[in-house]
Amino acid sequence: MYGWMGKVLRVNLTSGTITKEDLNPELLHNYIGARGLGTKIFCDEVDPKVEPLSEENKVIFMTGPLTGTLASSGSRYNVVTKGVLNGTIAASNSGGSFGPELKYAGYDGVIIEGKAKEPVYLWINDEHVELRSASHLWGADVVTTVDTIKGETDEEAKVACIGPAGENLVKFACIMNEYNRAAGRSGVGAVLGFKQLKAIAVRGTGGIKVADREGFKNAALDARKKLKEHPVTGSGLAAYGTNVLINILNEHGGLPVKNFSEAAVFPNAEKISGEYQAEKYLVRNKGCFGCSIACGRVTRIKEGPFKSLGEGPEYEATWAFGANLGIDDFEAISKANFLCNELGLDPITMGGTLACAVEMVQKGIIPRDKADLNWGDGAMLVEMVRKTAYREGFGDELAEGSYRLAEKYGHPEFSMTVKKQELPAYDPRGQQGIGLEYATSNRGGCHVRGYMTSPEVLGVPEKVDPDATEGKPELLKLFQDLTALVDSAGICLFTTFGIGLPEIAEQLRTATGLNISDEEYLKAGERIWNLERLFNLKAGFSKKDDTLPERLLKEPMKGGPHAGNVVKLDIMLPIYYQVRGWDENGVPTEEKLKELGLA
Amino acid sequence: MGKILYVQPEKCTGCRTCELTCSFLHTGEFNPLRSRISVVSFEKEGFFYPAVCQQCSPAPCMMVCPTGAISRNASTGAMEVNHEICIRCKMCMIACPFGATFYDERANQIIKCDLCGGDPACVKMCRGEALSFSSLNPAVGSKKRAAAAKIKEVLEEVR
Repeated sequence: MYGWMGKVLRVNLTSGTITKEDLNPELLHNYIGARGLGTKIFCDEVDPKVEPLSEENKVIFMTGPLTGTLASSGSRYNVVTKGVLNGTIAASNSGGSFGPELKYAGYDGVIIEGKAKEPVYLWINDEHVELRSASHLWGADVVTTVDTIKGETDEEAKVACIGPAGENLVKFACIMNEYNRAAGRSGVGAVLGFKQLKAIAVRGTGGIKVADREGFKNAALDARKKLKEHPVTGSGLAAYGTNVLINILNEHGGLPVKNFSEAAVFPNAEKISGEYQAEKYLVRNKGCFGCSIACGRVTRIKEGPFKSLGEGPEYEATWAFGANLGIDDFEAISKANFLCNELGLDPITMGGTLACAVEMVQKGIIPRDKADLNWGDGAMLVEMVRKTAYREGFGDELAEGSYRLAEKYGHPEFSMTVKKQELPAYDPRGQQGIGLEYATSNRGGCHVRGYMTSPEVLGVPEKVDPDATEGKPELLKLFQDLTALVDSAGICLFTTFGIGLPEIAEQLRTATGLNISDEEYLKAGERIWNLERLFNLKAGFSKKDDTLPERLLKEPMKGGPHAGNVVKLDIMLPIYYQVRGWDENGVPTEEKLKELGLA
Repeated sequence: MGKILYVQPEKCTGCRTCELTCSFLHTGEFNPLRSRISVVSFEKEGFFYPAVCQQCSPAPCMMVCPTGAISRNASTGAMEVNHEICIRCKMCMIACPFGATFYDERANQIIKCDLCGGDPACVKMCRGEALSFSSLNPAVGSKKRAAAAKIKEVLEEVR
C-alpha cells in the first residue's frame, strides 16, 4: 500500500488484548485518513448516545496518508472520540512527530477500547506492542511522564500522554505529545484519564512508500514553493508565529476583550503581540515534523516570578489569557501557557472559563469569598490554571468549563460557548462568517473547522466584506469541506493559506495512487462533514444548538470598526442549511445522503 | 578546498525535512532511519542539532576501515563507502567523532552523507537555513563577523 500503511492496532484495555487489523481499501478511499477515517470507524462501532466517560466510548488515534511524508507540513494525527466537554463528535488534531513515528512503526492508527483496571501505558515498538503498568506515573506532569517513559523504552520514542488534568477528568484536558504539541480541544484527555491510559509511546523503524515517486516529489516541491512564497506562510507565521494575528485582529476590531463584553479592541495589544514576543522572548522558531512554516515558538522568560522556558504561547492562548482576561503581562500569559502544556489543559477553554468566572464575580453573581477574581491579574491566572488541573478549591468548579459553571450560578448567558465549548479569539460581530462557522461547527465553539478569518480579515485567498452575510454560507461550506479533507490527509490546516484543493489533491493522488479528481477529493470532505453531523444529530443535538451566545446575537458591539454590529445568524443559517442540502431543521436530506454514499 | 556542508544548529527548527529528503532520494521511501543526516532533538529546551558527516581530513572512518572501503571522492570531497568491499564491521561508526556514520538495517549497508554527488538536496530544502553548502572561509567568515559585531556592541555599551 502507498501513503497508507494499511494497518491499525486495536487495544482493549479491559481484557488487555492487542490485535492488528488490515484496513479495508474502500474505507480509505471514501474517508482518506486521520479525521475522516477515524470518524468513520468510530461511527461504525460506537453508539452516538454513549456516555463520554464510559467503558463503551472509544478513542481512535489516526494519521493520514500524507503524515510522515515530504508533503507540505505532513505531521498531523487526529484523536477521535465522543468529547467530554460537550458530547459532540470530537476530532482533535495535533502535530509534532508522534503521528509520523506511528506510521514508521507500521500503523495508520490505534483504536482504544474499554477501561484498564489500573493505570497503564501502551508501548509500540514496531511489531512488538504491549501494555505496561503506569501506576508509578499516575499524578506525574507531562514532562516527567515523557522523560520517564523514554527512559523505560527508547530515548527516541515519541510519547503522547495526559497530565494531571486528564487524570482528574478536567472536562477540557488535552493529550500532549513531544511535551508541547496538543490534541487540545473537546476534552479528549479526560477520556484517556477515565480509561486509565496514561500514554502511548511509539518507536518505528520502517518507511513510507508513495505510489508515484517522481510525481509526488514534484507535487510536494510545488506545494512547498508556494508556501515559501506566500506572505502568511512564508514570512508572517515564520517571523512572528501565530501571534502575528494579535495586532491584525486588534486593528480589525475583532480581538475579543473581557469575555466578549467590551469592544473587540484591546488597548494594550502591542504588549502581547507576536512582534513583542519576537523582540523580547523568542529563543528560536520551531517546526513540527516536515514543516516548512515553523510557526512554533521556543520562548524564554529570563527572570522574575514567571521565569520559565517553553513552547508558545500561540495566538489563541495569548488571547485567552491576555485580552480576554484584560491581562497585558506577556510573562504571566507565557507561564500560564507552559503550565497548560505541563498539566495537559486546553488554554482556549481554560481562558474562556476563567473570563466567564471573572465577569460573574465582577457582577456579584459569584461571591468574592468563593473566588476573588479580577480583570488584569496575571498572578491569579497562573494560580487558577494550576488549581484547575488539580481541581483544588475554586479550580474544581472551573474544571467543568464555563457552561456548567455559569449554569450552576443561574446565568448560562455569560458562558461564551457554542454547544458548551468555549469560543476562540475572534469576535464574530466583527466577522459574520466566523459567526456562522462557530454556530455550525461539528465540535462546538471552534475556529479550525472552516477558518473564515482567512478571507474575512486576512484576504486569503481573496478579501470578502467581513460585515456582509451574502455569500458566507456558500464560502463556509467550501471551507468546511476542504478543512475536513486537509485534516484527513494528515497535513496542517495552515498550508491552506498558501495552497488549495489542486495542490492538496495532487499530493494525495501521487502519494496514494487514488486517482480521483480534485472534486471527488473535496466530496470526501463533504462526506466526512455530513457523517459528523449525523453523529451529532443521533447524539441528541438539533437545530436549536446551531446558535451563538445571546450576547453576540443581541448586544451590539460597543466600539471599534464594527461598532453596533450583532451576528445576523437568522439570515445566514437557513441559507447554510439549503447550501448543505439539509432540510429546514438542519437534517441532511435522503437525496444528499445518497449522493455522498451515506444513505 | 572545495565546498562544505555547513551546519548552524542555532537556526535549526527541528522539522527534519532534511531526513525526509535524504531518505527519499537515496532509498525511495520516507524513513528517517535510512537518512544520512539525522537531527538530534532536545525537545524540552527547543534545541536541535543536525548530525551529518563533516568530511574530516584525515578521516577517522577511513583510517579505521580494515578493508579500505571508505575513500574520498576527489571531485566532491565526500567520504564515500564502497559497499562491494565493506564488511559491515561498523568500526567507522565507532570511530566517527560526531555519530554521523549510520547503519541502514533494511539495506544492510553503512551509510553516510555523500553530498549528493556535489549538490546536497537537504540544503535546498532547509527553510531555516541551518544547512548551507559553500566554500569554508566565507561560511565561517560570516560567523566571525557576527561574533565580532556582538563584541562591538558590548564594548560600545560600556564605553
